[in-house]
Amino acid sequence: MSEASLADIAQVFAVLSLVSIGGANATLPEIRRQVVDVHGWMGDAGFADAFAISHAAPGPNIIMVSLIGWQVAGLAGLLVATLAIVVPSCTLAFIVSRTLTRWAEHPAVGLVKAGLVPVALGLILASGVAMMRTASQDVAGVCIGLGTAAFVVLSRRNPLWALATGSAAMVVVRGA
Amino acid sequence: MTDGRVVTKAGLFLGFLKIGMLGFGGIAPWARHIIIEERRWLTEKEFAAILGIGQVLPGPNTMNAAVMIGDRFQGLAGAVLCVLGQLLVPLVIVTALGAAYLRFADVPAVHALVVGAAAGAAGLVLGTAVKMARNIRPAPMALAVTGAAFLAVGVMEWPLVPVVAVLVPLSIIAAALERRA
Repeated sequence: MSEASLADIAQVFAVLSLVSIGGANATLPEIRRQVVDVHGWMGDAGFADAFAISHAAPGPNIIMVSLIGWQVAGLAGLLVATLAIVVPSCTLAFIVSRTLTRWAEHPAVGLVKAGLVPVALGLILASGVAMMRTASQDVAGVCIGLGTAAFVVLSRRNPLWALATGSAAMVVVRGA
Repeated sequence: MTDGRVVTKAGLFLGFLKIGMLGFGGIAPWARHIIIEERRWLTEKEFAAILGIGQVLPGPNTMNAAVMIGDRFQGLAGAVLCVLGQLLVPLVIVTALGAAYLRFADVPAVHALVVGAAAGAAGLVLGTAVKMARNIRPAPMALAVTGAAFLAVGVMEWPLVPVVAVLVPLSIIAAALERRA
């Protein structure tokens, strides 16, 4: 592994940045294809580890890309990969934000926003279920997932309490 | 829509720093918790609309939302500060975790901790979606769109791009019809 030049890293992730509708989870198959199959920067096991670690860490799931950059080219790789995945899509979001603000009075903008709300809701719900499917492979996992969901729905307290309890419970259940 | 609400540059940076730091299992639930319940920068509907726009643009929906929220209150500087704040702590943590994991992956307790956190994170996202739906109370047609998006992507596992391309126009038409009714 690690024949990665910084220019290659920048180019691969900058392109991914502009096609990654739905964020890191939705783009995961394409990221894997580029990193493992096309460029051979890491093997399947290394990629699976990077996925697990970036999901156990806080922050946007896209930091998986930063971790991959770090693993294949050190600190410079981390910085280049992060900038490449963040800057193009953020620039586009900025342009869209300005455009929407300029046309805020136009009735069509209000309708587009109203129309996006239910779609976003359904997609968040779907990603919750998809995450449950991968993360909760045993009874304990399902209980922790549903318990955390119930805590969020019923309480305005900081959800970190539920997460910490869930993690501790898994350690106890596994007798580790 | 933001009349009267002033959020400073420092406030934006610190708010998103906290969102990034807490954001286990993806950022959206924490962004919602802090932006709506803790700091009251936006209403539930405003936040959902921004997240919706962020969702159909490329890139993580919450990163796009950070750009738009930053721009809304403090222009370009605000957008940059929100994105930086959101990324800073997670980048340090993920590299530290990556280094530690290589060394301690065989310890069962470490593995159980990571698996437990992942299971909880999934529940967090699920609970957040249910809570948002409860607070927004979508009209009947909007609720049907939410159900369709959920079924298509969450149950049928169809690719996201075509699903969004079909549902967004339908949803806009539904919003227009419901507004007229």
